Amino acid sequence: MEFQFLGLGILSWIVFIPILGMIIILLIPDRNRNAIRWTAAAVTSIQVLLAGIIYSVFDQAKTGINNIESFQFVEHHNWITVDAVPWVGKIKIDYFLGLDGLSILMVILTALIAFVGVISSWNIKKMVKGYFALYLLLIAGIMGVFVALDFFLFFIFWEVMLLPMYFLIGIWGGPQREYAAIKFFLYTFIGGILMLLTMLALYFSVAYTDPATGESIHTFNILHMMNPDNFVDGGLLGGLDTTWRYVAWMALFINFAIKIPIFPFHTWLPDAHVQAPTPISVILAGVLLKLGAYGLLRINFPIFPDATLYFGYFMAVLGMISIIYGAFCAMAQDDFKKLIAYSSISHMGIVILGIAALNTQGMVGGVLQMFNHGIITAVLFLSVGVLYDRTHTRGLYDFGGMANQMPKYTGIAMVGMFAAMGLPGLNGFVSELFSFLGAFAAYRWITIISVTGIIITAAYILWTIQRIFLGKTPDRWEDLKDLTLREYISFVPLIILIVLLGIFPSLAIDLINSSLSGLVELVTGGGI
Amino acid sequence: MFTQLPLIILVLPLLGFLLLIFLGKRLPRKGDWLAAGLLITALALSLSLLISKLAGQPDESFTQTFRWLAIGTHTIHFGITIDNLSAVMLVVVTLVSSLVHLFSIGYMKDDPRYSRYYAYLGLFSFSMLGIVLTSNLLFMYIFWELVGISSYLLIGFWYEKKSASNAANKAFIVNRVGDFGMFLGIMILFVNFATFSFKEIFDLVEAGQLPYGSTGWLTTAGLLIFCGAIGKSAQFPLQVWLPDAMEGPTPVSALIHAATMVAAGVYLVARMFPMLTADALLVIAYIGAITSFLAASIALTQFDIKRVLAFSTISQLGYMILALGVGAYTAGFMHLVTHAAFKAGLFLGAGSVIYAMHQVLHAQNDHHTDAQDVRNMGGLKSKMPVTYYTFLMFTLAISGIPLTSGFLSKDEILAGTLAYSTLNGHWLLPLLGFVVAGMTAFYMFRLLLLTFHGNPSDRERISAIKESPLVMTLPLIVLATVSLFVFYSFNPFGAADGWLYQAIERPISMVPNMLQPVDAGIFEEAVHHIHGTAMVLSILFALSGILLAIGMYYWKKIKAENLVQRTGVLYDLSFNSWYFDELYDRIFVSGLFLLTRISKWFDEHIIDAIVNSSAWVSRGIASVAGLFDTNIVDGLVHATAASADRAGSMLSKIQTGKIQTYLVYVIFSFLVLFILFI
Amino acid sequence: MELMITPWLAEPGLVHFLIVSALLLSLGLMAVLSRRNVIMVLMGVELILNSANINLIAFSRYTSLSLEGQMIALFVIIIAAAEAAVALAIVLNMYSRFNTVHLDEIDSLKG
Repeated sequence: MEFQFLGLGILSWIVFIPILGMIIILLIPDRNRNAIRWTAAAVTSIQVLLAGIIYSVFDQAKTGINNIESFQFVEHHNWITVDAVPWVGKIKIDYFLGLDGLSILMVILTALIAFVGVISSWNIKKMVKGYFALYLLLIAGIMGVFVALDFFLFFIFWEVMLLPMYFLIGIWGGPQREYAAIKFFLYTFIGGILMLLTMLALYFSVAYTDPATGESIHTFNILHMMNPDNFVDGGLLGGLDTTWRYVAWMALFINFAIKIPIFPFHTWLPDAHVQAPTPISVILAGVLLKLGAYGLLRINFPIFPDATLYFGYFMAVLGMISIIYGAFCAMAQDDFKKLIAYSSISHMGIVILGIAALNTQGMVGGVLQMFNHGIITAVLFLSVGVLYDRTHTRGLYDFGGMANQMPKYTGIAMVGMFAAMGLPGLNGFVSELFSFLGAFAAYRWITIISVTGIIITAAYILWTIQRIFLGKTPDRWEDLKDLTLREYISFVPLIILIVLLGIFPSLAIDLINSSLSGLVELVTGGGI
Repeated sequence: MFTQLPLIILVLPLLGFLLLIFLGKRLPRKGDWLAAGLLITALALSLSLLISKLAGQPDESFTQTFRWLAIGTHTIHFGITIDNLSAVMLVVVTLVSSLVHLFSIGYMKDDPRYSRYYAYLGLFSFSMLGIVLTSNLLFMYIFWELVGISSYLLIGFWYEKKSASNAANKAFIVNRVGDFGMFLGIMILFVNFATFSFKEIFDLVEAGQLPYGSTGWLTTAGLLIFCGAIGKSAQFPLQVWLPDAMEGPTPVSALIHAATMVAAGVYLVARMFPMLTADALLVIAYIGAITSFLAASIALTQFDIKRVLAFSTISQLGYMILALGVGAYTAGFMHLVTHAAFKAGLFLGAGSVIYAMHQVLHAQNDHHTDAQDVRNMGGLKSKMPVTYYTFLMFTLAISGIPLTSGFLSKDEILAGTLAYSTLNGHWLLPLLGFVVAGMTAFYMFRLLLLTFHGNPSDRERISAIKESPLVMTLPLIVLATVSLFVFYSFNPFGAADGWLYQAIERPISMVPNMLQPVDAGIFEEAVHHIHGTAMVLSILFALSGILLAIGMYYWKKIKAENLVQRTGVLYDLSFNSWYFDELYDRIFVSGLFLLTRISKWFDEHIIDAIVNSSAWVSRGIASVAGLFDTNIVDGLVHATAASADRAGSMLSKIQTGKIQTYLVYVIFSFLVLFILFI
Repeated sequence: MELMITPWLAEPGLVHFLIVSALLLSLGLMAVLSRRNVIMVLMGVELILNSANINLIAFSRYTSLSLEGQMIALFVIIIAAAEAAVALAIVLNMYSRFNTVHLDEIDSLKG
């Protein structure tokens, strides 16, 4: 690709520029807090800029998924090559980055949410230097997962983001931060182990023939894993519809399900969210949860199409449970942040339901829902943060009448809440619509039950609005100030996107349509 | 002209919304002139559109589509359709909306969120026009939800009151229940037909395609989409939200909860008519009849002026639905149009009364008296003549007295229902229809007499009442004028001769032959046959209702209290709206909260407990391992360290710290090595 | 025996130089090991260095025709001078710290 600077492609830059920023921040003396903050802001704005360039250059017609030719911004270099290991053969791990319709929305989302997160981190007072250094490392890890096409690289980035998250919750979190951080860490780590095992099993089962030398090479290349011809004879995961393939699929699924999170692997989420500081909640709900669904689509679906078809119904049922159960739990909460955490579970259930449908409408709806949910929950968590900063409480019953006290804040937060409710004209509607449409074509009754979720969602969101914004302002909150300029800056880009994508969803759908159609074809074998 | 003009009409209120929401407070007079001006412009454009449509190409339908998005291989369009139905609706909506804008200038004068109010009205008008104009189901649903949210915002406009925000929530959530059904219906149609467009769906049905290849699913799809109408038009069993919605400002009730939004359900059924099967239509007819009876029976005993009107609205909407169900398509739609005018008028008249009451109560520093309770009024006739005479006009219209618009449309509905029953034998439908006609006349005259006639309960208060300003009475006069028959038909006893009847024809049903509703020709024949009977009956029922009301509340020949005691349980049922709210509270609301609590408990005590206990178990194992580690593994390590330590302390003895000693060691060892190796 | 000794004395050869050098080394070593005063120890070190110089020059004279030995001897002298300067500086520091230049009193490295 011609987008190179200092010999590195644009994807390398977008992944590693936070690392660069982290190094710079580590060199700045601790007392120079503003310099640290501005560095982080600058780094993330460069990322946004790069994401913008990627968006403007991206070719919508190219499919990607399993065809290297139609990936974009590809960077492919040998990284680790071990020539002769007696019983393994040749080991080959590549530095292999690329972008297709599946990942582009996620890259843009990550860049944007990272920027917003930095802006809302401005009032972090404790150990500023460490905070921002870890923050940028986290961003680099997330970004890396979204562009890595080598399983080994994918795994490395996956684990890279785990530790900073642990510390960010464990050090800068609320009163029960240690419990939440450990819970998060253990859940994710168990998933990571399952993924590692599956990755190794895949590695030993897959070997491709080097066209130049004719020798057979084991590889971590995800694209090679998608080709059934590359599975070696007698390999553990060779063939179709074998027990081991189902086991491997399930191991990966559990890993990703923990991240999404799907019922019953979700209990780390409310704790982590409630304890994490606002910007970390934003990152967590806005981007981190998407990694799970992205992993399913990038790895589970194309590598194990047979198992995916086999477990489709199972996924849809879990999606349905998540939608309904998450909504019920959300309604029962009286902590604002916990409510939104459970609503995330409910909304991510829609993603699962949509992609489990295995048709283009459902897939597009699901992936779009990932993006939209990222933006919407970011707004919601920022809203919680605004209130918490001012009042140091999150109890839903502690508020009331904010519409009079903080009208601008109310307007913005209500747009976010209406979007979460799936109001047409805002982005949440479009993705929910297509997720349900796709799912309905595949699983009629499951979808009918799931759609009742929109009624419960309306109920708990309107009830929340009523408890926080409507009514009379309690006396003790009579001197609350409306939004500051900095808070505006963090809200406005998200609100603009919410409205813009609600009215012109084709801006996003056109990017992903072709890739997801390709993925559907790959999984269903050109059917439907 | 028929493609661009509707777009301009659609965008004008949206423009008003955007300008007012961002700049509202900075505009002179907070921008009310802007909002009202935009709506009046839209009205003028709509009128010219309607006239040129009817004069020029009355039989054509114009559709224009824009690509909205492409998904997979499908392209989904946003489209607008102008046919006679939508052209008439455009005028209705913009007329009522612009009059309400004018009225609100007086009514909302001192409200702190004056510009916000107009912004919401603009959003509502935009969404409502969207419903009217859209050419496909998806955008119908989109605008459907948007009117829902603007209704939510306007009902909860005075959100400091808990009751207002409760009512807003209730309205939206109950509507969502209806929308849930509508959404399922849309999904069934899209999954099978791969399109949202009305026309394409009808064409496919006509071509013999059925959802999942079964006629049952076609009926189901129709009924599910009708669920949306049940919610929006407050039909049984989702009628509970509309009375509560009266918490909003009264002009809003007039616009949204009487004239336009609640009529959207009727409009939806009219739009979907070609694909509704006979079975679906029968269910629709029964729901309409039940609703109209239920609501009318409740309206008999209410004392809140707005609640009476709210139940009357539900009842009249039931009429329209009933009409569409039996196939009296034009009559139903015509009732929508005429009802929009006189019911908006009734609400604005009520608004005028409430406004006047408020002014007086405010001046008297009385914060306890309910300004909406008719028992606190009485004898307002001489104080508010314009309001009184227009209110009388509207009351006559809704009661179905000849020479009014209401008579024309109601008469046609009753005739249609009667004709339907002669063909099908469903006698309950016309029976309920005629009884409701009588009840309507009774409760409306009861309201009129209690409010404007009789002895005031508090003479001092009533004597201070003043007529509302011109900006409020002018819309009343306009609406009273259009409640006369001449605007719809020059024959006061035959709507069928009027332009509206000529313009709006019942569309041809597209469903397979065996599911067809009664053929339009046969139906027309039957209606024609029975029209005279129906007219006489409807006038009789209305007059007896009026006579009863006058007898009870004007001549006081019949004591209302006696009747109350005589009817006991029935009165209780009516007065408490048949206990629907309590029933729903017990079953659905409590049930929902019970489920949420169960979920929360399950999450905290089962799932999280499993997680935590697994952590606890592994910590137990870890502590055993820890003991082993400290005592045995670490013991070995410590032993190693200790022996090294001891050896070190012994060897350190030879470290004298004197450099010369060290040098001696060096030389000595050198010599030893020298001797050993050489 | 005398016959044997006389020419050996009369004609100085390599061995003579080596003997002188060995004597010098022994003296130097003696001074380094036995003197208490640091200055004396330093002088002993100088003696050792110079004994090495003698060796260098002698071997150079009797085994080859080039001047490598002399050259290295020059280096040693220079380095010895430098070393003396550094050492004296250390001694000064030592004095200011311990108030003595006697080695047996300085044993802070004692284990």
